[in-house]
Amino acid sequence: MPAPAPSPLTTYLAHLERGQLAYQFSPQAGRAVFYPRLLCPFTGSDQLEWRVSKGLGTVYSTTVVHPQEGAPYNVALIDCDEGFRLMSRVEGVAPQEVRIGMRVEFRAHTPGGEAPPMPVFVAVEA
Amino acid sequence: MQGLKRASAAIVGVAESDLGQVADGLSVIDLMAQGTKRALDDCGLALRDVDGLFAATAQSRLSVLAFAEYLGIDPPCLGSTIVGGSSFEYHVAHAMAAIEQGLCSVAVIAYGSTQRTVGRKQASQREINPYETPFKPFLPASAYALAAMRHMHQFGTTREQLAAVAVAAREWALLNPAAWEKKPLSIEGVLSSRMVSYPFTVRDCCLVTDGGGAIVVTSAERARALKKPPAYVLGCGQSVTHASISNMPDLTVTGAAASGQAAYRMAKLGPADVDVLELYDAFTINTVLFLEDLGFCKKGEGGAFVTEGRIAPKGSLAVNTNGGGLSYCHPGMYGLFLLIEAVRQLRGECGARQVRDCEVAIAHGNGGVLSSQATVILGTPATL
Repeated sequence: MPAPAPSPLTTYLAHLERGQLAYQFSPQAGRAVFYPRLLCPFTGSDQLEWRVSKGLGTVYSTTVVHPQEGAPYNVALIDCDEGFRLMSRVEGVAPQEVRIGMRVEFRAHTPGGEAPPMPVFVAVEA
Repeated sequence: MQGLKRASAAIVGVAESDLGQVADGLSVIDLMAQGTKRALDDCGLALRDVDGLFAATAQSRLSVLAFAEYLGIDPPCLGSTIVGGSSFEYHVAHAMAAIEQGLCSVAVIAYGSTQRTVGRKQASQREINPYETPFKPFLPASAYALAAMRHMHQFGTTREQLAAVAVAAREWALLNPAAWEKKPLSIEGVLSSRMVSYPFTVRDCCLVTDGGGAIVVTSAERARALKKPPAYVLGCGQSVTHASISNMPDLTVTGAAASGQAAYRMAKLGPADVDVLELYDAFTINTVLFLEDLGFCKKGEGGAFVTEGRIAPKGSLAVNTNGGGLSYCHPGMYGLFLLIEAVRQLRGECGARQVRDCEVAIAHGNGGVLSSQATVILGTPATL
């Protein structure tokens, strides 16, 4: 019996471990797919290719969460230039200074402990 | 696709269970049963007449089984579609289909929640989404906040305009003896409340209460012989655009555009025919989005539309006349209460908050994070 193929999540996280933001591309649909999955949501095809993003994107929307305890923090939706969107946060600026339309760049963030790496963004230097 | 037949069924009984903060130890099924008894009394039917049972709640995994057991009945037709707060608008369409096809003749649709007494964390199962959870969005508020921010960015909608939605809801609530909130609220009061997820303060967010209820649906023919005037189901429409907010195609356009169109088509009616709107206002942006997507103003103009008291008690459009999820009650999945209020308005039972000459009502449910949208158009006998 051949070993089962790794799950889309496992492949995605393995890329993040290497400092890469991976996404899928559907040749049939001619467009990016995110989050990673087994079927293309545009065509139903199971032919999805893995690609690595250049890591550049634009803030699509942003909010500042005010927890009952602790400091406020940013949560944002980022539109990557390859045509997919993901939830993330913008670091390196105050959470309320994150603006829709801001150009941002990917960084792999390693929270430490058991937690897997996660994609975060910083403002692109003008 | 043939679809449902306009006015083949009607809502004939409606009732809330206890609301607000219910007695310690009451279960969600207790609340469903309490609502069911009251709704059956409301129309003069009895438990032995019920052969269709529909239920959804976040607090009972197999709720419709627990509910049938509790009632001691074995209805041949069961449904527990669960798509968040709009589940009950889906149930109306499913009950109507079941009645048209002869699968049942009297359907009860019920809900119960004790999220206030047991605490929100106990009431809803925590789900891990590996693509969202690490960023700690405060869900559902942050998802709707992202939609509000996008609306503000694209159309110039302001926090004051969003606050006007909460103020209008509060003014309606003050006319509803069953409402949780009893004190007036101002725009400034909304803006200066505790920030939750920008641009929302706690006053832009729905209440966290207990509550439940039930409605009774039967065929148009049987409805005519019952105690009160039927609220005929004139139109139904549903749409699902996504589950998690990262996957909503356009944060400023909801599935209400599609669900509304389908419901209007079936009802052979349009926005100009509607006398009262019950819109799922989990957050202030909801009302703005649904007014736009259901055709009451143009896309982007919802913020301006809700100002100057237009949707408040003396305004030109009656919206969320019970005080809504923002000020009346919000026990987790609010969709059933939209239907209850719409029916009461059509019957003329609403006292100080009664809308005059009320013939056509919309109950528009929303589930998840703007994910599942379901529109039900109801009408009095005069609309047949």
